[in-house]
Amino acid sequence: MLRDITLGQYYQTESVIHRLDPRVKLAGTLLYIISLFLFRNFLGYVVAAVFLGIVIRLSRVPFRFMVKGMHAILFLLLFTVIFNLFLTPGVPLLTLWKLTITREGVEMAVTIAIRLTMLIIGSSIMTLTTTPNNLTDGMEKGMRPLKWIGVPVHEVAMMMSIALRFIPILLEETDKIMKAQIARGADFESGNLMKRAKAMVPLLVPLFISAFRRANDLAMAMESRCYRGGEGRTKMKPLVYKGRDRIGYLCIAIYLAVSIAVGRLPVF
Amino acid sequence: MGIIKTKDLVFEYIRRDEDGNVEGITTAVDQVNLEVAQGEFIAILGHNGSGKSTLAKHINAILNPTEGTVWVDGMDTSKEENVWDIRQKAGMVFQNPDNQIIGQVVEEDVGFGPENMGIPTEEIWERVEESLRAVGMYAFRKHSPNKLSGGQKQRVSIAGVLAMHPQCIVLDEPTAMLDPRGRREVIRAVRGLNQVEGITVLLITHYMEEIIHADRVYVMDGGRIAMEGTPRDIFSQVERLKELRLDVPQVTLLAYELQQKGVRLPDGILTVKELADALQGYL
Repeated sequence: MLRDITLGQYYQTESVIHRLDPRVKLAGTLLYIISLFLFRNFLGYVVAAVFLGIVIRLSRVPFRFMVKGMHAILFLLLFTVIFNLFLTPGVPLLTLWKLTITREGVEMAVTIAIRLTMLIIGSSIMTLTTTPNNLTDGMEKGMRPLKWIGVPVHEVAMMMSIALRFIPILLEETDKIMKAQIARGADFESGNLMKRAKAMVPLLVPLFISAFRRANDLAMAMESRCYRGGEGRTKMKPLVYKGRDRIGYLCIAIYLAVSIAVGRLPVF
Repeated sequence: MGIIKTKDLVFEYIRRDEDGNVEGITTAVDQVNLEVAQGEFIAILGHNGSGKSTLAKHINAILNPTEGTVWVDGMDTSKEENVWDIRQKAGMVFQNPDNQIIGQVVEEDVGFGPENMGIPTEEIWERVEESLRAVGMYAFRKHSPNKLSGGQKQRVSIAGVLAMHPQCIVLDEPTAMLDPRGRREVIRAVRGLNQVEGITVLLITHYMEEIIHADRVYVMDGGRIAMEGTPRDIFSQVERLKELRLDVPQVTLLAYELQQKGVRLPDGILTVKELADALQGYL
């Protein structure tokens, strides 16, 4: 189950989306997410879904990879949907014991479910098609103005790229520790929530210890390869906008204009 | 002076209790003198806790000597201004391949060192290509390190050091976490660097098989250098090696046992072929 999380995992293939400048993808993802919250009708989501579909096709990443990432947030999704379904006041449709499902509640729940799903898939496209180094390069360069107000942009970008690099390693490690403890009679599956949470403690302690050890090793390895912060560093893959990046920005602008125009029509 | 030289090197770990009082001092490296010439293949052998890794970290200026001096290419490692030059001259490969690969794509990881050194973009690409070719990992340049085997990951780590154009590579138990096949891959790559590229190699290990091809071997015990010599010299002293808790390769051990039983064989047999030839001659 732990290996199924694809968020933050790079999928290796050649495609237009892979070759886009990370700044385009970052801006695109951000604007796409914002757009999801601006729609007032379902037509907007249709436009967004079509756009998403095109991007997925262009990216050549198998769709099941993105769906895999969804498993991890399934619980969160159900949780919000159920709450919205039962707790939104409005015209009652159906009453079960003390709980009432309202027309507004159904609308809200469906909207939330669609939003969250599209948000996760949208952002996973970015991480699946951009290597973390590339992504953090994009952030570093895109957020450079923030340096003037004292934000350590390079350091934050480096930390993020290291965190992303270690996610699969730590997941594998968690899996290993879990199996080792199951083999010695630990029980992670049964019991109520409290009991299960308690069972996680002996899992987390060795995981944290090993993460610290790894951090120590990595810091040493980085230093031994002459790492000394962002000053005086050159780039193996410097970011330079190309023709396709301009087209990328144009596509995003067109998508924004169309989706918001359609999504805010007073239809239903 | 050789590329690496240490004089009366001492390093002490100070253990402290919770209040910061000194609880005890462990001398990890004790009065070590060694000198390595450019282009040599040196092996440092020792069981766990013999101080071999601590010694290695001095050569890369990760640790500073408590007493004595370490010079890398004539530069004193304890001087702050030399640190970055030293790290470029003497690259280091560590034991756990997962904890030293920074990039999420092989080529990006190899480019990390040159990036830090401020090398221009085009030259970084040249260096990455030649380094990956030198360790035979060029075909994997676009892969994610997570999908590689241990031996392949370790070869990527070596390429990462190689891209910094070092004169010397220190490998701190690079094969300890690998399977036998991965171990052979790594050792073959290291030997290639030494013979083809002429890079000085300092291989730290506790596998005896890996030191057969070394020019010289140092055996460490309790922070001191206990033995020094060519692999043949070292392997001919089976009793002494057993005392130092080191496993003698099976062939050498067999030859030794045969000698003890009165079979006349030359000292310090290193490979199966040598023993076979010697036995044939005997028969």
